[in-house]
Amino acid sequence: MIFDIPASVLFGQLTLGLINGAFYALLSLGLAIIFGLLKVINFAHGAQYMLGAFVALLLLRHFGIDYWTALLLVPVLVGLFGAALERFLLRPIANENHLYSLLLTFGLALIIQGLFTNLYGTSGNSYPIPEVFRGALNLGFMYLPTYRAWVVVAALVACFLAWFVIEKTRLGSYLRAGTENPKLMQGFGINMPFLVTMTYGFGVALAAFAGVLAAPLYSVSPGMGANLLIVVFAVVVIGGMGSIVGAVITGLAMGLIEGLTKVFYPQGASTVIFLVMALVLLIKPHGLFGKEP
Amino acid sequence: MLNKTIKPLAAALALSLTTTGVTANEGISNNEVRIGYLADMTGSYRDLGGPGGLEALRMAVEDVGGQINGAKIVIYHADDRNSPDVGANTVREWIDRRNVDVVAGLVSSAVTIAATRILEEHNKLGLVSISASSAITNEYCTANHIHWVYDTYAMANGTAKAIVRQGGDSWYILAADYAFGHAMESDVERTVLAEGGTVRGKSRHPLSSSDFSSYILQAQASGAKVIGLANAASDTVNAITTARQFGLTDSGQSLAGLMVFINDVHALGLEATQGLQLTTGWYWDQNEESRAWAQRFYERTKRMPTMVQAGIYSSTMHYLNAVKATGTDEAQTVRRQMINTPINDMYTSNGHIREDGRMVYDMYLAQVKTPAESTGEWDLYKIVSTIPGEDAFRPLSESKCKLITQQ
Repeated sequence: MIFDIPASVLFGQLTLGLINGAFYALLSLGLAIIFGLLKVINFAHGAQYMLGAFVALLLLRHFGIDYWTALLLVPVLVGLFGAALERFLLRPIANENHLYSLLLTFGLALIIQGLFTNLYGTSGNSYPIPEVFRGALNLGFMYLPTYRAWVVVAALVACFLAWFVIEKTRLGSYLRAGTENPKLMQGFGINMPFLVTMTYGFGVALAAFAGVLAAPLYSVSPGMGANLLIVVFAVVVIGGMGSIVGAVITGLAMGLIEGLTKVFYPQGASTVIFLVMALVLLIKPHGLFGKEP
Repeated sequence: MLNKTIKPLAAALALSLTTTGVTANEGISNNEVRIGYLADMTGSYRDLGGPGGLEALRMAVEDVGGQINGAKIVIYHADDRNSPDVGANTVREWIDRRNVDVVAGLVSSAVTIAATRILEEHNKLGLVSISASSAITNEYCTANHIHWVYDTYAMANGTAKAIVRQGGDSWYILAADYAFGHAMESDVERTVLAEGGTVRGKSRHPLSSSDFSSYILQAQASGAKVIGLANAASDTVNAITTARQFGLTDSGQSLAGLMVFINDVHALGLEATQGLQLTTGWYWDQNEESRAWAQRFYERTKRMPTMVQAGIYSSTMHYLNAVKATGTDEAQTVRRQMINTPINDMYTSNGHIREDGRMVYDMYLAQVKTPAESTGEWDLYKIVSTIPGEDAFRPLSESKCKLITQQ
């Protein structure tokens, strides 16, 4: 017993917090990458996450494409859709005030969500859990469905790969240099517009990947992304806009804090992240991992 | 002299006052019956009422010929987005600017409680078909609305009583954190305790949650035999999905959906929901008349109607028939006529409306079929027993409604 709370409840909630944190990390990572290079506040991120789950569901329903193929194929498809959005909608307003791209992506989110609501309703659709992950692990203090354990592993691996590509490879160094000085990079013969399109596409693909991971967990419904997006934005702000490591660490940390709050003060669980955000903004206005401009 | 001229003038004035008073009560205002349909058209409660409910309303209007005594029937509709502010403002605007006579639909209990206050202020009528809080015809009753379909008292009474009697006597209640969830929680608790059961614990979650795992974990730790879901629509669907993943049912605990709709069962599939007991006011396959109506609805929407959508048709039809019979759309005259006329239609037989505005009729305890028992996409329930209306709904002797206590 810790503070009158049975240890099993405490550890159970922390484990669940870690699972939610993995989703926060994956989604805020995409947002941070997009903001870092494009300076676009991607309000369509939630809709793109939902799109990932829906495309996986539709592929399964109409073409019998299984979970594992979907996990690779869906991010590519949705990522290409994202790249097209960047090329044809975001690029023409790239030099305008950031508010324009914010409004554009917000509008896109509403359109995509509305379209799916009209077509598929709001009751939600179930996506079967892949056969290998059907059981559960007995952790002693709780009964953890195997699929949830897999979600944490998959999300962390994806986050690590993204970090590795950006921080440790040549492509990543172009990206980071492009963030600092796009004109100079263009002068060195790097195709910056293409790099920008691919980056947006990659951020969107991460959202879609999270969507496929989420599909068997939650019911696949048009509103699934909208509910999550606000929290994810708070995570990005706490971590520091555009900071990749910040986004991942903060995502996991916020999941854990939320889990703890559910043990000690359940009513506060939906607001605690915003409380942390307010505190961080008061003390470190650029976020925990953000650089001073 | 002066007196002589004033007297007839005063008499004439008085006469004109009384005559205008009479004409205000007779006939149909604006020579149109104006119906406003207020519902969640895009959020988590869309599929149980929403656009399908609007279609059911249109069917009722078409079935009376689109007009009553030469007065056209006009439908306005709006999305309340489950927000009491948006809902109340819409109703106010409909009454002030469009002279709407009756508001149908009415989903979230919080919206309904706000909207019925405005209807009372302006003496218009409300046909509540989707909200569930039993407070709507109790603490918040008005002489300006009628509550169709179900309420938390009847749903708790039907499902919880049956489960406790089958041995499910210790409960954990998971409730949506707003007016409806609170009402359901207290109605379930009362029923369980009255039947000699115990409530081991409770938790509340925000409307439209996606992650139920922590609540399910708490419910699991409570050791209660039955986890009562005092929520609805996507929240119920998510809670059931999560409970299955955490092996809740494998460890001997069972789930009780207190507010389950046919579209939820359809969405979850029979594999996940088989055996689930639920209370329903109406099922499309209950009799010949309901099947025929459901078929018409299906042809228009490609979905089978929920009890709520059937209730919208039934209540609108009853209202329009009352307008036709009395020749007016004045709220109190129509309401009186509705109370005086028994309801016999595709929805129910021998239903009646009480003074507190509650429509009382026989409900059903149903069980979700197994995949083997089901013969089609929408063949989802079997009716276990009928719950007589007098047993299902809160008796007037327990009523806190001002219309009852002031008598």
